[in-house]
Amino acid sequence: MPMARRLVISHDVLQVVYRLIAVGILCAGLALLSDSFLTINNIVNVLRQASLVFFMASGLTLVILTANLDLSVGANVALSACIAASVIKATGSPWLGFLVGIGTGSLVGLVNGLMVTGMRIPSFIATYGMLWVAQGITYWYMAGETIHGFPPEFRAIGSGYFLGIPIPVYLMAVFLALGSFFAKRTTYGQQIYAIGGNPVAARLSGIPGNRRLVLVFVVSGAMAGLASLIFLARLNSAEGDIGDALTLPAIAAVLIGGTSLFGGIGTMFGTFVGALLLTLILNGMNLLAVSASWQPLVTGVILIAAVWLDMKTRGESAARV
Amino acid sequence: MTDTTILDRPKKARLTWIARVPGVAVMLVVLLALFGVMSPGFGTSANLSNVLVQSAILLIIALAMTLIIMTEGIDLSMGALLTLATIIYAATLLASGSFVMALAAALALGIAFGFLNGWLIAVADIPPFVTTLGTLGVAQGLSLIVTDGQSIVGLPRSVQFAYAGTVLGIPFPVIVAVVCYFLCYWLLYQTRFGIGISALGGNREALRQAGVNDKLMLIAVYVLGGVAAAIAAPLLCARMNSAHPTAAIGMEFDAIAAVALGGTQFERGNGWLFGTVLGVITIGVLRNGLNLLAVPSSVQVACVGFLVIVALFLDGLRSKGT
Repeated sequence: MPMARRLVISHDVLQVVYRLIAVGILCAGLALLSDSFLTINNIVNVLRQASLVFFMASGLTLVILTANLDLSVGANVALSACIAASVIKATGSPWLGFLVGIGTGSLVGLVNGLMVTGMRIPSFIATYGMLWVAQGITYWYMAGETIHGFPPEFRAIGSGYFLGIPIPVYLMAVFLALGSFFAKRTTYGQQIYAIGGNPVAARLSGIPGNRRLVLVFVVSGAMAGLASLIFLARLNSAEGDIGDALTLPAIAAVLIGGTSLFGGIGTMFGTFVGALLLTLILNGMNLLAVSASWQPLVTGVILIAAVWLDMKTRGESAARV
Repeated sequence: MTDTTILDRPKKARLTWIARVPGVAVMLVVLLALFGVMSPGFGTSANLSNVLVQSAILLIIALAMTLIIMTEGIDLSMGALLTLATIIYAATLLASGSFVMALAAALALGIAFGFLNGWLIAVADIPPFVTTLGTLGVAQGLSLIVTDGQSIVGLPRSVQFAYAGTVLGIPFPVIVAVVCYFLCYWLLYQTRFGIGISALGGNREALRQAGVNDKLMLIAVYVLGGVAAAIAAPLLCARMNSAHPTAAIGMEFDAIAAVALGGTQFERGNGWLFGTVLGVITIGVLRNGLNLLAVPSSVQVACVGFLVIVALFLDGLRSKGT
């Protein structure tokens, strides 16, 4: 048993090393192609953008580790951002806004989790429905309005700096550490791996599968809520459509990071590298003056290529039940 | 032995249809009564025929979606593909002036995308929802790139026939949708291919054992999805008298919702084609009624989602009962 465990970890480490090499090659290529790539400004910018993707992707990683999917993260970010924005506007209290934002995100996650466990709806259908329901509620709530202008102490979490590095980057480091610890070193985390890796064995060994599934959806929702607050603080405005283009990159980051869609395989650090890789590619396209119209196409191709490559490198045994 | 396993499927499915007929039909009747009372303009024959015309495009898409979902698949790219097909149709029409060329271009695009989806799912073995989420991005990106984010306008007036025209007093879109229904009906219930579709979702291993090329069959089902998008493209183009890069974004949601309302299951290959028709009309009635009550389109989407969750919940209760 310890032997098998060491093998799994070394395989995971190898997968991450491959991806770090890809990051290195990409950076070298971009540095050659564009003079503005290796400037402090741009690197800080890349890290800050990657942090936004990472917040959504980290919660999503737990969901995908259980062999489920959450397609509602982008819509959830928009809904949480808009409700938090109106609360901050109305009360002037950033803390209340924080609570409401993360609370809204968690609530959406809870409903997702209950639909998947209680009603036995396949997760991609349930969360796909939630995507449109959340978007509908957001548009109705905002009625085409924009809420902007938040207190400076709130804006600091999105656009503030400490020692020259943006606050969201510190937050990303904290959540990366917390997430890795939770997934690898706690019983809950190990149970989540077990549910995705071998659902039958997990059930037979007495893991409360439904409760853990609800937990991962709530965590995914809460992280979407957190991402929404950082978005809000950085953009300094909330509109109904801010979540539209966020789901695809978040899912792509998790899958590029080597988390298997079939559950049980993947790491938080891999997702971090995935978020970094995706952000670098989109940043590079920006620097090379490629039109933003290309972004959904490129993200879509990367998403499919990542899953395909992952399945090839792991072999068919890991891919199919 | 394996043959009977395959042939067992439709029989078993037929029993579930009978149990389900009331569900979506009751919803439809309730909605009709509700809107009839709440909104005076709703019950007029002009408005009701309008509902049918508006539902035609969705029905064409939803029929193909039914077959795809019966294989335990999904196609999230269909709305984006319909959008791209509309753009290609309009652009080719402007460039060549020929409707035949335009339709051929849209068909070629639909078949190519359907084949790509099918190949990635059947041969490369990538799960359908990820594959089609990726191709959704590709189709959406291509729409933006081709049009540069602008609408294609200035189409000849004759383009509108596909939506506003009538043949023997029957609106042209309704005729197209009905023909599509009978084609799908024939495919699903009268051919070996149809039995294969049930088996792809119900018991793929048995299908393989019976010597059927299951991969080719699965690819064909997704190609049908692409063809459906290409058939719907001229209708959508005619409806808007233009092509816009976000025209049909999200229409796959209504299609999936209609299929779910109609009682097709996301697992085990049980499907009901006429249920999809009822599902499409139910959604058409819901949207039309909410429109008359001046409810914004985004809230309509949430209502559709709510309706589906109720339907799936009832579905869950029923399957627990048996």
